[in-house]
Amino acid sequence: MALSETAGLHGPPIPKPPVHQQVLNSVPVAVAIYAIVVGLIVYGSFAGAQNMGYNWQWYRVPQYLYSFTDDGFQWGEISVGLVATIRLSILSFALATVLGLVVALLRLSGLVVGSAVAVAYLELIRNIPLLVLLYLFYYVLGPIFGLDRYVASILTLAVFHSALISEIFRAGINAVAVGQWEAAKSIGMSTGQAYRYIILPQSVRFMLPPMTGEMVHLIKSSAIVSVIAVAELTTIGRNIISDTYMSFEIWFTIAAVYMVVTLILSVGVSFLERKFTVDQ
Amino acid sequence: MSSQPIIEARNLDKFFGKFHALKDVSISVRQGERVVVCGPSGSGKSTLIRCFNALESHSSGTLVVDGIEVFEGSKDVRKLRQEVGMVFQQFNLFPHLTVLENLMIGPMKVRKVSRDQAERTARTYLDRVHIPEQAEKYPAQLSGGQQQRVAIARSLCMETRIMLFDEPTSALDPEMINEVLDVMVELAETGMTMVVVTHEMGFARKVADTMVFMEEGRIVEVAPPDQFFTAPSSDRCRMFLAQILEH
Ligand SMILES: Nc1ncnc2c1ncn2[C@@H]1O[C@H](COP(=O)(O)OP(=O)(O)O)[C@@H](O)[C@H]1O
Ligand SMILES: [Mg+2]
Repeated sequence: MALSETAGLHGPPIPKPPVHQQVLNSVPVAVAIYAIVVGLIVYGSFAGAQNMGYNWQWYRVPQYLYSFTDDGFQWGEISVGLVATIRLSILSFALATVLGLVVALLRLSGLVVGSAVAVAYLELIRNIPLLVLLYLFYYVLGPIFGLDRYVASILTLAVFHSALISEIFRAGINAVAVGQWEAAKSIGMSTGQAYRYIILPQSVRFMLPPMTGEMVHLIKSSAIVSVIAVAELTTIGRNIISDTYMSFEIWFTIAAVYMVVTLILSVGVSFLERKFTVDQ
Repeated sequence: MSSQPIIEARNLDKFFGKFHALKDVSISVRQGERVVVCGPSGSGKSTLIRCFNALESHSSGTLVVDGIEVFEGSKDVRKLRQEVGMVFQQFNLFPHLTVLENLMIGPMKVRKVSRDQAERTARTYLDRVHIPEQAEKYPAQLSGGQQQRVAIARSLCMETRIMLFDEPTSALDPEMINEVLDVMVELAETGMTMVVVTHEMGFARKVADTMVFMEEGRIVEVAPPDQFFTAPSSDRCRMFLAQILEH
């Protein structure tokens, strides 16, 4: 009797996970396994390189990040390339966000023409590979409209990413309760005012995580503009390698730089996000 | 109370697809009149009062509210909504704005009132609904009763001439119902034109000039409260009253 009462109050006890899982999930064991796996991969590639007779020259890499000369501190080529990549990504992302918002609003407008235009745009972009889109902008639209390689790159990245961003906007806008629209309308707001003051500010909360993902995605796909020789991180990496033949060291470094940037971005936004939910 | 009708609905029909939600509904509300609408769930009460501020558009018939003819696609809809406030069952406060901002945003953005003026008005009406001390909080930090009073104040800040209430106390815990009803009674005493969908019959007895009973999309009975509660003319209305007055 007493037993069943306790069960009724607290529910059945949650079964413990099996012992092997408990051990594997404990922090020291997990860290050790992780370190071993990473170590094996690194060792494997270095050993492989050794077998090829690869001549490691890591000591020559730092000068491409920064250097101290008689003139004082100087950023290296890779750092300059990184700044170029960040600038390219920010400009593209800003434009992609504007395009994405317009497409989302067109789709939600309830106008037949509006949503038809939006859907056609989305289908077109989704079904063209990024590389081909870049060639279209640079080799076809470029000469016609006088776009230089930098502008063509920004447009390509913005257009390509606007498709997913418009879906993020649409989902974010739809996630706001209908009652919010009704309340906004019933105090006399226009559709535009309702979006601006009531709906979009609330959608931000839903959109922040997927938008971060999209920004990370854009930073990574910006590497593709190296095929038309826009000066950015990947292009610089290629240039350094053609001068020095240090392809292993430089590609490892370039990959690490991309990773550091995108990780910082993700961590920063999840911090922002936490702050955001606390505020409300 | 003047005899001037401020809401005049004639032969309204409303279809949701094939579903006939309002059937030949005619009703007239005079300025300053308090109308309480009741009836079983699904009888079209919400649909009717949502037509009054054009949140729904009626399918046929004529509707004139505060001198403005309401019809689908009318350019005057926003003008109309500035004169007709609405209080919802689920409050629908703006969760990302503080209480004060909830009250100020309509006057500032829609009526283009200055920030100072909007804040003065907001504080006046927060006093009126007896929660001046909650001005800086967010809606989620308030109780249901407080939230609904903020929602009432938000409508009042637009200085509307008509207030519509759609079951304003149905989502509230019982102990909070009276604080909201009290505010509504006080509002009635100021001479506001009110159309209230509610099953709070104590409130209806106290403030209603006219009782309306709806069923299956029709207005079945319109009567002053004395007559409505003592001698309703339709059997359905009598049964409905017997059911809800049992509690
Ligand atoms: N947007 C809608 N689409 C389809 N049917 C609806 C919609 N709104 C209301 N209805 C239907 O219309 C009828 C009346 O609804 P409503 O006016 O909300 O009733 P009440 O407020 O009296 O409970 C209900 O049967 C409801 O299902
Ligand atoms: Mg209803």
